[in-house]
Amino acid sequence: MRTLSSVKTGEVVTVQKLRGDSALKKRIMDMGITKGTEVFIRKVAPLGDPVEINVRGYELSLRKVYADEIEVI
Amino acid sequence: MTTIALAGNPNSGKTTMFNDITGSSQYVGNWPGVTVEKKEGRLKGNKDIVIQDLPGIYSLSPYSPEEAVARNYLFNERPDLVIDIVDASNIERNLYLTSQLLEADLPMAVALNMIDAAKKRNIKIDANRLGELLGCPVIETSAIKSQGTREAVARAIELASSGDRAKPPVFSDGLERVLREISDLIRDAVGDGNLRWYAIQVFERDAEAAKTLKLSADIAGEIEKRIAAFEAEADDDSESIVTNERYLFVEKLVSETVVFDTNEKLTPSDKIDRIVTNRILALPIFLAVMFLVYFLSISTVGTLLTDWVNDVLFGEWVPGVVKSALVAIGCADWLQRLILDGIVAGVGAVLGFVPQMMVLFLCLAFLEDCGYMARIAFIMDRIFRRFGLSGKSFIPILIGTGCGVPGIMASRTIESDADRRMTVITTTFIPCGAKLPIIALISGALFSNSALIGYSAYVAGIAAIIVSGIVLKKTKLFAGEASPFVMELPAYHLPTVKGVLVHMWDRAKAFIKKAGTIILLATIGVWFLSSFDWHLRMTATEDSILADIGRAIAPVFSPLGWGEWKAAVAAITGLIAKENVVGTFGILYGYEEVAETGVEYWGQLQAAFTKLAGYSLLIFNLLCAPCFAAIGAVRREMMSAKWTWFAIGYQTALAYAASLMIYQFGSLFSGGGFTAGTAVACVLLALLLFLLFKRPYRAKIEARAGDPRRIDAV
Repeated sequence: MRTLSSVKTGEVVTVQKLRGDSALKKRIMDMGITKGTEVFIRKVAPLGDPVEINVRGYELSLRKVYADEIEVI
Repeated sequence: MTTIALAGNPNSGKTTMFNDITGSSQYVGNWPGVTVEKKEGRLKGNKDIVIQDLPGIYSLSPYSPEEAVARNYLFNERPDLVIDIVDASNIERNLYLTSQLLEADLPMAVALNMIDAAKKRNIKIDANRLGELLGCPVIETSAIKSQGTREAVARAIELASSGDRAKPPVFSDGLERVLREISDLIRDAVGDGNLRWYAIQVFERDAEAAKTLKLSADIAGEIEKRIAAFEAEADDDSESIVTNERYLFVEKLVSETVVFDTNEKLTPSDKIDRIVTNRILALPIFLAVMFLVYFLSISTVGTLLTDWVNDVLFGEWVPGVVKSALVAIGCADWLQRLILDGIVAGVGAVLGFVPQMMVLFLCLAFLEDCGYMARIAFIMDRIFRRFGLSGKSFIPILIGTGCGVPGIMASRTIESDADRRMTVITTTFIPCGAKLPIIALISGALFSNSALIGYSAYVAGIAAIIVSGIVLKKTKLFAGEASPFVMELPAYHLPTVKGVLVHMWDRAKAFIKKAGTIILLATIGVWFLSSFDWHLRMTATEDSILADIGRAIAPVFSPLGWGEWKAAVAAITGLIAKENVVGTFGILYGYEEVAETGVEYWGQLQAAFTKLAGYSLLIFNLLCAPCFAAIGAVRREMMSAKWTWFAIGYQTALAYAASLMIYQFGSLFSGGGFTAGTAVACVLLALLLFLLFKRPYRAKIEARAGDPRRIDAV
């Protein structure tokens, strides 16, 4: 299964599943990354982490470790 | 008295709205028990209406202190009505919080803010239809232009008197069925409380709601069975199910009321970001912005103003006027001294920093309000998180090279408690402007002005920050992922002059008030100790109470190589201002006035200190507790006496250990032989290595414990 951290910049993917069962998962979902949401990978920070994504029309940045918990297709 | 709560996402223009509808009668304090700022004001033109600004939040799930505060206020303290501020240009995510606020069972109005920005991007919103679907009035506003804000408040107040409550969103049939079943089971326990809200909380397995309701084991078991069955059916956990449903509700609202009549690929903000967070350009731009902030607040404007206040206003004018006034009324000598050397000098020490801080705060307020601060965290996160710091810690540390006081205050922009505390504790390790004379003294007197000494002071400061970051991060106090880096990069916008000024003044005022008292009292205290003997007679410094204290504690510093009372006294007066170390040595060596580098007594210092002892003395004074002004700033930022003492204690202990190791290992390698001191240094080194490489403390993650501190704000 592909995760958000392996997606190339400029790609649009759809969220399939969020792994884990933590406050972090809840936070990510609160920010609008829920099942079926389209996510556009805007860019990677100059030093390689975190990544910037566009979700529900706004820009969100999250670390790759968290992006790794998000399964996408 | 009517209380209106302002709720909304961060960056929704909530603070601008608050400033716009309240007059100058703002009260800024803290929510009890947490370091979350509480802002209250009265409505302009109607003093009977209290406006309560809730912290900016994305959700009401109680995982960050901000969310817990807002939730507790809305559901337990109960305002009379709520105005929900929604960023029209980012409506989808903003309506998510709205879907939760609707459940508070309070009269509510929605302010569709930043409507002009949305219109500019051709985002068309049917406000009337949105109002119908939400069941509450929706008013278009632009707080930054002061448009529609008055109407929003008026409509909200009207609503409160009509008694109309907002209607909670309706979820899918399956979820509604389970919620109905739970409602039936908890109806008695809830009594006349908010049944719908409690049912959702119980479904989400919220610990706090469970505690309040005190359900019997039978009922709790029955409920759990239903939740588990539904989870199995939906193949997801209950909390995620609800979050999904909320977003489905929001998506439906958006699809019926919003038209994105735009084929823009890139918003103006995206275009700026293409350059500002560009792979190659991001770091040079960041460094240029940092240079500009430093240049304005430390190199030029800020320092010019602060020097003027210190040297002219509180150096000549005020003391001159006060002195002639005191002489004219024939005031006793000791009282003159108290007023001039104690109080005026103390007040000067506080106020002297204010202009510099205002310039810095102006820069920071601008960077924050325009949206660049979030980009700084984005760019620098990778480096700083290794040391338990946030990307935003760069600014405090950079500013700290000029002056630790504004440096510490600049840590305010860091949201996570753990990151902010860590930054506050470590910022003053970097040599500030006032420590430069100490460096000049030691390198001039003992190292024939070698530039390496100054250079090594900065290396030592950076090393202290990194070591502290790694070591403290592994302790229970700072454990865990400091801040889950899930952060919005808000759209850039040009802040208003008024907004930036209010933002700046809020911070400066806080410093003057809170830090002022500590600095003033401490300065008077040290002045008293250094001017009086035990019979409370005025005396020269070498016969003062402070000199005796210095003699008593000097042996403590023997293992550091400078168990000399003069050095101990100098270190204590350094607490008033670090450059005092040089002056105090001068006085104790018999000079009334010395140059900033203490060149007059370099010979005496060479006789009294070996190079090694001198270097150890330098490192101790650089790393130990900062001056009172900085301690005041620490107190202000920590909002807790306990944490302030921890910071001072940690800094002093680290300074002591570092100096001891430098002196003892230095002695050993320069042929001093293995002594008891060397053994202590070995133990300290072993301890340090252990702390650096030990396994980090890991907090046990309890399933859905609802501890509001489990995740810090993002």
